[in-house]
Amino acid sequence: MSSIAQKKGFGATLWDYLTTVDHKKIAILYLITGGLFFVIGGIEAMVIRIQLAQPDSDFVSAGLFNQMITMHGTTMIFLAAMPLLLGFMNAVMPLQIGARDVAFPFLNSLGFWLFFFGGIFLNLSWFMGGAPDAGWTSYASLALASPGHGIDFYTLGLLISGFGTLIGGINFLVTIINMRAPGMTYMRMPLFTWTTFVASALILFAFPPLTVGMVFMMVDRMFDGNFFDHTMGGNTIIWEHLFWIFGHPEVYILILPAFGIFSEIFATFSRKRLFGYSAMVFATVLIGFLGFMVWAHHMFTVGLGPTANAIFSVATMAIAVPTGVKIFNWLLTIWGGSIKFTVAMIYAVAFIPTFTAGGVTGIMLASAPLDYQLHDSYFVVAHFHYVIVGGVVLGLLAGLHYYWPLMFNTMLSEALGKWTFWLFFIGFHLTFFIQHFLGLLGMPRRVFTFGANQGWDLYNLISSIGAIGMALGVAVLVVNIIRTIVKNEKVGRDPWGDGRTLEWAVPQPVPFYNFKQTPLVRGLDTFWIEKQEGNKEGMTYAEPVGDIHMPNNSFIPVVISFGLFVAAFGALYNGEQPWAVPVLILGLVITFGAMIVRSLKDDHGYHVHKEDLMDEKGGKH
Amino acid sequence: MDLNTKYTPQSWPDHPENTTLEGKNKFTGFWLFLGGETVTFASLFATYLALKNKGPSGMEFTTQDLFELPLVFIMTMLLLTSSLTSVYAMYHMKNYNFKAMQAWLMVTVILGLAFLGFEIYEFNHYVHLGFTFGQSAFSSAFFILVGTHGAHVVVGLGWIILLMVRNAKRGLNLYNAPKFYLASLYWHFIDVVWVFIFTVVYLMGVVG
Repeated sequence: MSSIAQKKGFGATLWDYLTTVDHKKIAILYLITGGLFFVIGGIEAMVIRIQLAQPDSDFVSAGLFNQMITMHGTTMIFLAAMPLLLGFMNAVMPLQIGARDVAFPFLNSLGFWLFFFGGIFLNLSWFMGGAPDAGWTSYASLALASPGHGIDFYTLGLLISGFGTLIGGINFLVTIINMRAPGMTYMRMPLFTWTTFVASALILFAFPPLTVGMVFMMVDRMFDGNFFDHTMGGNTIIWEHLFWIFGHPEVYILILPAFGIFSEIFATFSRKRLFGYSAMVFATVLIGFLGFMVWAHHMFTVGLGPTANAIFSVATMAIAVPTGVKIFNWLLTIWGGSIKFTVAMIYAVAFIPTFTAGGVTGIMLASAPLDYQLHDSYFVVAHFHYVIVGGVVLGLLAGLHYYWPLMFNTMLSEALGKWTFWLFFIGFHLTFFIQHFLGLLGMPRRVFTFGANQGWDLYNLISSIGAIGMALGVAVLVVNIIRTIVKNEKVGRDPWGDGRTLEWAVPQPVPFYNFKQTPLVRGLDTFWIEKQEGNKEGMTYAEPVGDIHMPNNSFIPVVISFGLFVAAFGALYNGEQPWAVPVLILGLVITFGAMIVRSLKDDHGYHVHKEDLMDEKGGKH
Repeated sequence: MDLNTKYTPQSWPDHPENTTLEGKNKFTGFWLFLGGETVTFASLFATYLALKNKGPSGMEFTTQDLFELPLVFIMTMLLLTSSLTSVYAMYHMKNYNFKAMQAWLMVTVILGLAFLGFEIYEFNHYVHLGFTFGQSAFSSAFFILVGTHGAHVVVGLGWIILLMVRNAKRGLNLYNAPKFYLASLYWHFIDVVWVFIFTVVYLMGVVG
């Protein structure tokens, strides 16, 4: 690989991104793909709201509506929110801990491409006979009866992308355990690294049950299995347990990294050390732990009995305690700070009341008797959109503005960012606040239409108008991104001026090896400490300049993932098409063949030599 | 550190599996991966226990008259012994005795193949009795649980054989030592899972 900066053609750039193992480039891939799926999921949401804007609407058919709600939920959770968060983790976490890359650069790339092909496979269902239509939870009793191949696309697509996420989780865990710079003790890690750590641990333990559930669903529908078919002795509740043993930790996998992003933003723009750092760390770990103890609160009405319901009810309410600790710590971080209202900070401040509202309705739903009333109503829809949009999506938008200069060395327009914020924020509350009342008035979720004059007409119309606001906000954001890319004004290192942690101390554009010399971390907010002491370089070094070992690029991750993509088509048409089994085998041969090639070919990486690093021109990429 | 450095038994490090950063990362990552695997098997076991002996009305198959302990006992002995021989292999790996390591790995592979042969015979036997994958919820749960373990055995054997063939000519170094170590760790994990399958599926099925 050349170490001299040069203009590359489109083909070379494309090849570079197809084969890259650099965490910063993989982060960009996650951001682009996740952003694309976010827009697709948003369009699906708009279709839902147009259909529900007035009673007895026939904008879409009932069947298509079911596909829309299923794909909206599945896309937003698995293909938008998670990859976008994984993108920020990739972009930021290695820099925050002073590492030159993640522990397994090859697996990092593999994780992305598995997600990519899984997501593409799932969305191809639109063009190949219809999308999944049993809701994003895909309860077995409904899903088994779903005609066509929609549910098969769901199980196979999520299996493939789920492997990718699992690989990513293990990778981040090992990176944080083994690759922290000297002096970067656990209790000096920035909060975003901490939340990445805990979220990765949740991924590690939550995704296997999902995988098992998906395999059961797959064999039941495609290979003659009987796990959920009660006439054959099966039990449909097994799916619900497996799904929610995954599904509940999943919401913490989403929200914890968002908490991390907000923690960084509050400290930076209040220009104060994060209040109660150790309590924040403890609360993060506790939320992660309790997150595994509450899955049955999604199943209060299944009939598990009063004892089980009571235990899960209390455990659920207990999560409010560490979450409350966090809310108050953020407030006390702002308190008395020298506050700068950048777009990122505005998002963070808006997040607190919004997320708290979602938390309060969560406590209401945690009460099993009340849940019997509210179950499957629009109250639940309002609740989880308040926590997921009000928490995760606001976190992603805040993170996008905050970390954009770190990733691209340019700055999103603050003026347009404020437009996006107000359109999105007002639109959001207009859409979802009123849905609480729709739920209390008895409107069930997942209905494709409703009769007039039940007192729901106006509320639904208001909700749909709000959705337009959110869509406009996202449109302005897209304009903002395009404008920023076209203008291409470089902003350099520490563009906010108040960066506290290591990622802001590296020069811009970030060299492909991240750190010429491994930094020595001297405390929490290490960059802040160095700046206070007048260190112009922003870092104290733990080693002299020496050769840097780097991993080689590889195309194999794409091949491995593509093989599974091919095999999934074979499994899908098993028993229907004569070519199904050969295609299944072909795909698996591609995947395992590529894995064997990877295993047999030694890959020692290469070294960036000391002389090239010392020479100022060298080492640029 | 050059990964292809030649070592002597004296200069060979005490823990060749995690002397390099790459080895250390693999070591940590693999333990975490096994944590995820444990959850996978826990889910499969829970499902099996929920669906044990459950089938369409009038189903004749139960654990009591399906399973035969002598066969499973032989399989258990084969797999437990193969775990022991893989420990011997790692003992020699740590002493930089490549030939002895390969020999013990060979014994491990042979024992693993014998186990696999018995398992295929067992599954084949059940299918001939009419206890096929799609026969009932019980049969689906049984074949998925024990079959997933069997698939792990196949992957483990393939992995060990590939490592043996790939490194046959060049011996041990700090690049492949972690790979051998992790393959043996995987093999132990497979063994531990089998101990649970033997207890929960077969022993509790016939006696309990």
